[in-house]
Amino acid sequence: MSLTNISVDKKPEGTIFSPELAARFDKLVTLYPMKRSALIPMLLYAQDEIGYLSDAAIAEIAHRLQLTVLDVRNVLSYYSMLRTRPAGKFNVQVCTNISCMLRGGQELFEHCERQLGIGHKQTTPDGVFSLEEVECIGACSWAPAVQVNYDFHDNLTPETLDAILAEYRSKASQ
Amino acid sequence: MADVTLTVDGKRITAPAGTLLIEACRKAGIEIPAFCYYPGLSLQAACRMCLVRIEKMPKLQTACTTPVAEGMIVATETDEIKQARKSMLELVLANHPLDCPVCDAGGECELQDMTFKYGAGGSKFIDIKNHRDEQQWSPVVFFDRPRCILCYRCVRVCNEGMDVAALGIQQRNASSVIAPNDKTELDCEQCGMCIDICPVGALTSDTYRYKTRPWEMTHIGTICTHCGDGCKTTLGLRRSEDGMQIVRGDNRDKSGLNGDFLCVKGRYAFDFSDSPERLTLPLVRQEDGHFETVSWDVAIKAVARGFREIRDTRGGSSIGVIGSTRITNEENYLLQKFARGTLGTGHIDHHRTTDYVSFIRALGGQKGRFASISDTASAPAVLLIGNDPTEQHPLLAWNLRTNVRQNRTRLYIVNHREIKLTRQAKAFVQIGSDSYAAFASFLSGGDSTAFGESATSLRDALRQEPNLVVIFGSELRGADVETLVKFGLSLPDTKFACLGDYVNSRGAADMGLYPDLLPGYVPVAASGAMQTEYGERFPAQPGMDLASMFEAAGRGQIAGMYIVGDDPVERLGIAPETLRDTFVVVQDMFLTGTAKLADVVLPTASLYEKSGTVTNTYGDLQGVKKAADRAGVRTDLELIVRIADAMGHDVRKLVPFGKGVRADMGQSRGAQSGEADRHAIWLAAHNLEPKLSPFDPNALLDEIQRVVAGYDFDRIDLLAGSSPQVQPASAELVQIAPPSSRPDSIQPSGDTLFTSGTLGHYSEKLNEVQAFQEKKALVAAD
Ligand code: SF4
Ligand code: SF4
Ligand code: SF4
Ligand code: FES
Ligand code: FES
Repeated sequence: MSLTNISVDKKPEGTIFSPELAARFDKLVTLYPMKRSALIPMLLYAQDEIGYLSDAAIAEIAHRLQLTVLDVRNVLSYYSMLRTRPAGKFNVQVCTNISCMLRGGQELFEHCERQLGIGHKQTTPDGVFSLEEVECIGACSWAPAVQVNYDFHDNLTPETLDAILAEYRSKASQ
Repeated sequence: MADVTLTVDGKRITAPAGTLLIEACRKAGIEIPAFCYYPGLSLQAACRMCLVRIEKMPKLQTACTTPVAEGMIVATETDEIKQARKSMLELVLANHPLDCPVCDAGGECELQDMTFKYGAGGSKFIDIKNHRDEQQWSPVVFFDRPRCILCYRCVRVCNEGMDVAALGIQQRNASSVIAPNDKTELDCEQCGMCIDICPVGALTSDTYRYKTRPWEMTHIGTICTHCGDGCKTTLGLRRSEDGMQIVRGDNRDKSGLNGDFLCVKGRYAFDFSDSPERLTLPLVRQEDGHFETVSWDVAIKAVARGFREIRDTRGGSSIGVIGSTRITNEENYLLQKFARGTLGTGHIDHHRTTDYVSFIRALGGQKGRFASISDTASAPAVLLIGNDPTEQHPLLAWNLRTNVRQNRTRLYIVNHREIKLTRQAKAFVQIGSDSYAAFASFLSGGDSTAFGESATSLRDALRQEPNLVVIFGSELRGADVETLVKFGLSLPDTKFACLGDYVNSRGAADMGLYPDLLPGYVPVAASGAMQTEYGERFPAQPGMDLASMFEAAGRGQIAGMYIVGDDPVERLGIAPETLRDTFVVVQDMFLTGTAKLADVVLPTASLYEKSGTVTNTYGDLQGVKKAADRAGVRTDLELIVRIADAMGHDVRKLVPFGKGVRADMGQSRGAQSGEADRHAIWLAAHNLEPKLSPFDPNALLDEIQRVVAGYDFDRIDLLAGSSPQVQPASAELVQIAPPSSRPDSIQPSGDTLFTSGTLGHYSEKLNEVQAFQEKKALVAAD
């Protein structure tokens, strides 16, 4: 028995993604001169569909791009918006970078911690919210800003934020 | 490329265009500090230690990535540069634990040296340092993140040098961390190259960590005792209760033919020498069948008495002798001389793992046809038939990968499995495991297309290669080797290498551990000169091979056996009854299967505990130096001499030492009569002194050089630490028809990267690594 070159990267069977996403991936890998250029878009799309980057998702993406799982992990761990654990249904990302900080971003974040009862990168027990403190999200002109999933909310105060959170909570129970 | 001229620190230097500034400076004696730059690996430019000022360039530049240019004016050590380096060091040290007093690398750490030179003693940081606990990634590799300076050397050597890619880098900025490929473990070849190349103490090895301080060790450069590639290893030694203990093996000074490479065995599997199972006292079997430990004197007398009695009553030909693939050339030479000249037997053999005889015969006495191991790193084209170097010849695999990576060498592979090296191959042809012979004929055979299209185009490509190196494993034997060699010889300037398994497999063959061949592959039938060297007991007829000796012992025809450094009983599954009526003497480090059946067991020194020479499978001859020491044991050389002496043999006739010993060897008649001292004349002609002691391996090396075809290298090369290539080319051998060698006379060891014959059983670390790999293989399988 050869004990070298054991592949920790097993070839996944089939796909774990929806037929639409799988088809999209099939196309994506053909778009770049180097296959691996498709890595970051694929990671984002996969996260959007599954909610996080599961081991199976990572393995499949590695396989599709002929990379090692380690290669994929090297890249995904670099980006804080890519996650390997499920987040809440609504991921509340509070900016505390300079412009927002000057206009109360830090207070907003602490307010969220109190309101939701969770800290940075944590998820509420009911799975509705998760909270993250993030760097500049490009909404400085309307600081302080918060991003929930892909939606922006700006020029916030603790009170307006409460209203927004309440809205999301009611959406979750619908 | 054309040379360019530039000025560095006011000194004009020239270098070929395209040379990196850092290299050009180093060649001119100007050292530019560097962490991440490592010759032979891809460029990283991560550490910014090599910053220099180049006139007309706006900012400080990294010398490790800047090619030299005509007229460039460079400053390498100005106040500005020193300040830049100091600031870089401050950042590197920001999260560093400064645990130098306990760190393995303390005293030989590049970060210490650099900090010492540029002084970043104070720090502006007041924040709490990032800490991560030390992790164990495998039985041999540990990682201590806080010490890591993120130079990426480990990642690159594993990717590029090893082609394993087990290390990655995760997170970012100050949180960046080197990560293993299998969650928290390494699924890799466990070579330890990453540890070796780490400039600091972030990657450490289980065998060495927290054991000692670098300056408390003595360092001896010798040769790895495992596979047939013969890597040089520098052993770090420390005094222990009963001798000198090996605590580390590496080749950081890149002084041998392996550069800085060592595989898992060379790097860690030296612990057998400390094994509690090591024999340190001679054992003699008593009337009641038990072993009794006895003094050396008693043991040697018992051996001498036994052998003399058998020789004098039943004749020398009732004694069989088996030599070793793990002892020195000098010892093997002496052993066969003792067998032929003292015992008077022709039954002498060793564990043959490949067919050197057919190979030497096929070359027909041509010189300049042996590929040395360094040729495998530079040849423009290589054909590899059979074998799996990743498992069996790790240095060869490393060289081939390097050669492909750096020189784009054309690697052609023919194998029955898709071995790992096929990833580097220009062409790979898969054949049946029983088709090697047919493939050899296919290569030399005209226009046959028997192996299909890809094989035919491989053959066409080979036919265009003017400097091919042909490397073949033990899959090819006998006439098939000759067929392959014939094909190679039909191309211009082809060189060859025949792959045998152990450190001195080739040496054992060259030294004549064959029943039908004398040293230098001289057939016994053509023994003229040798016979006069060895004296009147010299057997005129070829003897029995290893397997036949045991069969004969079973029939009661072999009354005595002298087995040195081999375990044929275990390897061939020989039934104990076979040796019931045979007086068996075993010289070994351990109580092997064979030793258990012996009448006398003499505990011997390992290759790390003796001096002499070994010949790797490519014919590169290298010196081994006594490094470790174990109280109680003796070298095989000493034991053979002592046994001969106790048998009443004139030791001076066995080992040429002292002055004027050879004037009359008892054959003052015929053509030899009145002959002057051949050995003394040879010594004088080679500017060598007679040696003073019969235990001096150099005395035997003198004789080997004098009588063994192809060993006439310049001694100064060996003394200078290089590895002269031997080219045994016995003209006589070629003229003699191939002996009818038994098909089972060659037994490849079947070793993998994590086993090493009998010796491997006694390396705890190797066993541990093997179990770890097996566990991984199981996990990977389901
Ligand atoms: S031990 Fe060798 S194969 Fe394993 S990670 Fe280190 S360099 Fe790579
Ligand atoms: S572990 Fe060592 S070799 Fe690897 S990046 Fe860190 S300092 Fe460099
Ligand atoms: S490649 Fe062979 S000689 Fe080199 S270290 Fe490994 S076992 Fe020893
Ligand atoms: S600093 Fe908050 S959005 Fe730019
Ligand atoms: S040596 Fe040039 S940047 Fe590291």
